Amino acid sequence: MNLTLKVWRQKNTNDKGKFETYKAENISPDMSFLEMFDVVNERLIVEGKEPIAFDHDCREGICGSCSMYINGRPHGPNNGVTTCQLHMRSFKDGDIIVVEPWRSAAFPVIKDLAVDRSSFDRIQAAGGFVSVNTGNAQDANNLPIPKNDADESFAAAACIGCGACVAACKNSSAMLFVGAKVTQFALLPQGKPEATQRVLAMVNQMDAEGFGSCTNTGACSAECPKEISLSVIARMNREYLSAQLFAE
Amino acid sequence: MNWFTKMFNSSIGQKLIMALTGLFLCSFLIIHMVGNLQLFKADSGLAFNKYAVFMTTNPLIKTVSYLLYFSILFHAFKGIWLVFSNKKARPVQYAMVDGKANSHWTSRNMGLLGTIILVFVVVHMSNFWYEYKFGHVPYTRYTENLMTGIVDVEEMDEKYFQQEKLKEEVYLGERTIIVKDLYKEVSLEFKEEWWLVALYVLSMAAVSFHLVHGFKSAFQTLGINHRKYNGLIHFIGVWFFGIIIPIGFAAMPLYFMFK
Repeated sequence: MNLTLKVWRQKNTNDKGKFETYKAENISPDMSFLEMFDVVNERLIVEGKEPIAFDHDCREGICGSCSMYINGRPHGPNNGVTTCQLHMRSFKDGDIIVVEPWRSAAFPVIKDLAVDRSSFDRIQAAGGFVSVNTGNAQDANNLPIPKNDADESFAAAACIGCGACVAACKNSSAMLFVGAKVTQFALLPQGKPEATQRVLAMVNQMDAEGFGSCTNTGACSAECPKEISLSVIARMNREYLSAQLFAE
Repeated sequence: MNWFTKMFNSSIGQKLIMALTGLFLCSFLIIHMVGNLQLFKADSGLAFNKYAVFMTTNPLIKTVSYLLYFSILFHAFKGIWLVFSNKKARPVQYAMVDGKANSHWTSRNMGLLGTIILVFVVVHMSNFWYEYKFGHVPYTRYTENLMTGIVDVEEMDEKYFQQEKLKEEVYLGERTIIVKDLYKEVSLEFKEEWWLVALYVLSMAAVSFHLVHGFKSAFQTLGINHRKYNGLIHFIGVWFFGIIIPIGFAAMPLYFMFK
C-alpha cells in the first residue's frame, strides 16, 4: 500500500506546530498503524530528519499509551480499538490520512503526537484508590458482591486512561474517565467507605485541570477502546450530587 | 466557598442547572400546549380569551410565570456561557473532525438550536405577551342568548375598556362577555405575516431537535440512567417532546394562515 500522511509536527509545548506531508510507501495491510509509523520514522532517520514522536508501549491494546487523532477520530476509524490495534487493512491504497495529537487544554502537546496526560494521573491521585491496605487474600465468600455489581465494576475498571474520551468530546470533557474510576470503586464494598470524599476530590481535580463539562453527546463512549458505557457518567453525577447534598 | 456554591460552580453543578431549568421549561410546554389547543375551538376565541385572562390574573400562575421567565433567561445565558467556557477547554481546534461517526448532530449543536429558540422566544413574547400586557389589543363582546345558545360576536372600541380585561354579566336571558381579544390578535398576525409563520415553524423544528437530545440528556445529568426506565425516557423525549409537542405548536400558526 502507498499512502499520504499529513502529520502534526510540533517541536515542543510552546512551538506553534504545523502539518507536514509524508509518503508511506510499500506498507503491508497487515501492519498496525504504529508499525506503519515505525517504517516512516526509519526512513526519516536514514534521511537525517527528525522522526515523528508518538506515544506507544504495550502495542496490544492494554496500556493506553498510544493516542493519535486519525482522520477526525481518536484511534482511527474502527470502534473499540486503540491505535496499536488498528491495522492498515482498514485503509485503502492511495488514502490521505490526517494524524493529529489529542487536543485539549488539559493535555498539552509535548512533541508532535505525544501529549502530556499527567492531568489524568493527578485526578487519579486525588481519590482513585482505596487507602487501607487489604492485607492477605480473604476467603472468597467473606464479602458477598452481587454479580451485576461485580460485572459493572469490572467493565468500568477496564478503562486504560488513554484519553480518547477527552479527545473525542467536543468540550474536552474527562467525565467518562472520571466516571469509570468513580464507578469502579463505588460498586464494591472496599470502595464504599471513601466513596463520598473520592467523588468530591476527583471531580474537583477534574475541574481544576481545565477539562470541559459534559453535553451527553456520547462521543466519548462511542470512541472508547474499552467501550465504557455512558452510564458511568450518570453514576458519577449521582454520587457527586448526593455527596454534595447529603454528606455531613 | 460553602458546599452549595461549590456544587453549582462545579462542572456537574453547572449541568445540573441546565437540566433542572430545562425540565421545568419542558413542563411549561405541556401547559402551554394544552391551553393553546383552545385556539382550535370554533367559538370565535371566547374560551381562549377567557383562558388568557385567567393566566394573566391568577396570582399563583403569575408567580410561576415569573419563575418561568427567570428560568428561560438562566437556561439561555448559562447555556451560552457553557458553550464558550467549554471552547476554552480546547484552545487549538482539530483540522479534521468526523463528528457524525460518534454522535448525533443535535447533541453537538444544542447551543445553535438554543439560540434559534431564544430568538423565537423574544419575537413570540414581543408579538403576544408584550402586546397583550402593554400594547393595543382589540376588545370583543360576546353576547350569548341563554335560551337558544346562539352567540353574537361584536368588536368593541378598546378605549372604553382600558382597565378591565374581562367583564361578564347576565341580563334578560343574555350573557354578555366583554374581553380583551388575544385570539383576534393571534389570528390576524398569522393571517397577514407569512414570514412570521415560517419563523414559527422553523423554530418548532429547532425545539424538536433541542428536546430530542435535551430531555434525555437532562435525566443523564441528574444521574438517572437505569435500564428499566431509559427506554421510557427516550420514548417520551423523542415522541412527545420531539414530535407531538412541536407539531402541535407549529399547527397553530399554519391553522390561522390557511383558515
